[in-house]
Amino acid sequence: MSVVFDLGEISLFGWGALRGFFAQRSRLVKLTLGIHEIGVRCFPIIATVGLFTGLVMGLQLYYTLVKFGAESALGTAVALSLIRELGPVLTALMVVGQAGSAMASELGIQRNDEQIDALQTMSIDPLGFLVGPRLVATLICFPILTAIFDLIGIFGGYLTGSVLLNVDSGVYWNRVFESVTWADVQGGYIKALVFGLLTISICAYRGYNTHRKASFPGVRGVSESATRAVVWSSVTVLAADYLITSFLM
Amino acid sequence: MDSFLKIRGLKKHFGDKRVLDGIDLDVAAASVTTIIGKSGIGKSVLLKCIANLLQPDAGTIELDGQAISQSRRTAQSDAGVSFSYMFQNNALFDSLTAFENVALPLREASKLNKAEIQERVDEMLVHLELSDSADRYPGELSGGMKKRVALGRALITKPQVVLFDEPTTGLDPERKFSVFEMIADYRERFGFTALLVSHDIPEVFEISDRVAWLDEGQIKFFGKPEELNTDAQSALSGFLSKANYGRKSSLMNGANE
Repeated sequence: MSVVFDLGEISLFGWGALRGFFAQRSRLVKLTLGIHEIGVRCFPIIATVGLFTGLVMGLQLYYTLVKFGAESALGTAVALSLIRELGPVLTALMVVGQAGSAMASELGIQRNDEQIDALQTMSIDPLGFLVGPRLVATLICFPILTAIFDLIGIFGGYLTGSVLLNVDSGVYWNRVFESVTWADVQGGYIKALVFGLLTISICAYRGYNTHRKASFPGVRGVSESATRAVVWSSVTVLAADYLITSFLM
Repeated sequence: MDSFLKIRGLKKHFGDKRVLDGIDLDVAAASVTTIIGKSGIGKSVLLKCIANLLQPDAGTIELDGQAISQSRRTAQSDAGVSFSYMFQNNALFDSLTAFENVALPLREASKLNKAEIQERVDEMLVHLELSDSADRYPGELSGGMKKRVALGRALITKPQVVLFDEPTTGLDPERKFSVFEMIADYRERFGFTALLVSHDIPEVFEISDRVAWLDEGQIKFFGKPEELNTDAQSALSGFLSKANYGRKSSLMNGANE
């Protein structure tokens, strides 16, 4: 029951933050800071994880496909796995680890330090000021980060498949372009948007409500909020992935 | 006494604990009223109810005859706010400089343009002797300077009422006096009404026009500081003697002589 209640609260929280953002002053400046926090800072980890995911997939899939004499399908297998599933999911999990936990901690500290109360006394909407820009930045950054992850991953598959294991590079890239349809890309972007909104809303919600939701006050409460934000977000991404996939298939 | 801030029957409870149990308080315009009482008795809760940070369970709070939620909206339209709040731990934003912290309410909630904001904040920083530290972050400021930045932020919107929640916590005696002097000085200069929560007895009485003693969820004494000894009920006497009121005030008088 409490999960349903929390889901409702998180939805209202996210909606309030988005609505609050459009009533803010200097929206572009705040949005730029949000994009820096979620997009720019997460880029290195997304690129690194994307590359290694592609490298490992190239290896695993090559040795599986070669048993059936189907190593020419390596490009198809790597590209579709990444674009449909692994790209959006791993991007979301990496952003949660990098930006989501930091956001939950920061908001938790701001709550404990009464900075959020201070905003209210100054007649500034704390949700629109602190959370809104991050949510809007999420809508911009998640699809781009997912696309970067997919591209670098496919390139990683090419490195192991073609450069190391001698799959013809023309065949690899031809299979990639032939097999990936617009519907696959669209599905990946829908997942990226949904995962972004869910994860950042959950992380911000946990941090913002540290005083209500954590079992301990003070520093322990903040660390609990950050931990729960990461765990909840990760589980939610996987559950939402199953649901969206079952609708898209 | 004409009541500028009028509180009637204010009640607030958390779970089973009744913190405020029918508070009645009248605060005159441009006065300094200090709320004293034991720790955890509900002084900050009272301030937060007045500042609209907590929703009271019952009772009314009126500012100049208007319910506070209404007065807040009206005042906002002409680039001011009815209430400002100076938090115990300052609540400054670490990622903003002293200038940006003071300018924040004007930038985000007023209709002033950039040049007007710059002028008003510069003026405030000069008053607060913070001009040289305008570009420094809170982490680079001393405790006293942080208090002044927080005070500047509280006053920059020209509020009608400023609520001070233990403004001298963690300061040495010299700094405590300078913060109290600063409050008294700015009250005269800007003409706001101040409501203060403090444990610094009797130092805080030096700047107080009225003292309210909060006990068992109610205001049990309200009057001038000099009436405290003669008018005191037994429980209040006990509280004041625990706060070393008699000893400290005689010491202070001795020092003044």
